Amino acid sequence: MTDETSLFEREPDQVRRLHGGFFHAIPHARELGLEVVDMGAGWGLLKIPYRAELVGNPQTGVLHGGVLTSLIDSACGLAVFCRLPRMEAIATLDLRIDYLKPATIGEDLFARAECYRLTRQIAFVRSVAYQRDPQQPVATSVATFMRSSASSVRAPRPPEKA
Amino acid sequence: MELQQLIQTAREQGDLSGLMGHIPYARLIGMDMRLDEAGQPLFVLPYQSKNIGNTALPALHGGVIGGFLENSAIVHLMWNRDAVEMPKTIDFSLDYLRSGRAIDCYARCEVTRQGRRIAHVTASCWQQDPAQPVAVARVHFLLT
Repeated sequence: MTDETSLFEREPDQVRRLHGGFFHAIPHARELGLEVVDMGAGWGLLKIPYRAELVGNPQTGVLHGGVLTSLIDSACGLAVFCRLPRMEAIATLDLRIDYLKPATIGEDLFARAECYRLTRQIAFVRSVAYQRDPQQPVATSVATFMRSSASSVRAPRPPEKA
Repeated sequence: MELQQLIQTAREQGDLSGLMGHIPYARLIGMDMRLDEAGQPLFVLPYQSKNIGNTALPALHGGVIGGFLENSAIVHLMWNRDAVEMPKTIDFSLDYLRSGRAIDCYARCEVTRQGRRIAHVTASCWQQDPAQPVAVARVHFLLT
C-alpha cells in the first residue's frame, strides 16, 4: 500500500499542463478525436466527439465498441497518472467492459475514470461511459494497470527512532 | 446491404475482399480478414502509424488491439451462424499480455459455446508467434 500523495495534489498545474494536451501527441488518440475534458486527483474525464468514421454498423450508425474501448482505456490511464506520486510509465493489464445500453447515434461519448486504489505495483481503476447524462451510463468498466518496474523497488525505510 | 447479408454473400461466394470495408471502424484501423486452411476466418491488422498509442516504445494503442479483437469476435460469430440478427455485445473482457509492437497483428476466434440466447467467444491476437499472444479477449453476446 502506498500512502504517497499524488503529483496532482502537489502540482495540479503541472499535471494539467502535462496531460491536457497529452493525447494530441498520441497518433491513435488524434485519429479518434480524443479530448481531455477535465481531471482531478485520481480521476480523469475524456470525450470522443461523434463521427461517421467511428461507426461499427453502418445500418444503425452506432459507434463501434472499439471506440469505447480506446476511450475507456485512455480515461483509466489518465486517472492513474492523476493518482501517481510522480510520473512513471504504466501498462494496462486487463479491462472489462459491460455494455449497459446502445449508444445514441450522433451524440458525443464521455468516459470518467477513477483510480480507487494504488499499490506499489498495481493501479485499480473503474470507469463509467455516458453521453448526455452521467446517471444513464452506456457502459461501465473496471481495469488494472501495472506500474513501471522501476517504481516497484521498495523505498528505503526511514531510520528507526531511538 | 446489411452486414449480415454481406457476410452471407461473402461466405457463399468465398470472397472476403472488401467485407471489412463496409464497417467504418474496421476501415479506420485498417483491418482485413481471410480464410485459413480450416476455412475459419483469420483476421489481420496491417501496421499503420495512426494505430500507435505510445510513440516512445513504439507500441500500438491498447484500444486498437481491443477494437480489433472485439470486431474479430463479432464477425467470427456471424460467419459461423446462419441467423440474421446482429449479435449484441453484453460484456467484453480483455487481457493484455505484452505490448503490441509496430508490426502487423493477427487474430483468431473460437465460439466456445453457443446457446439459444447467449454466445461465448474467445479471441487471441498475436504478431509473429501465435504461441506468444499480445492480448486475449472473451466476449459474451446476446443473440436474441
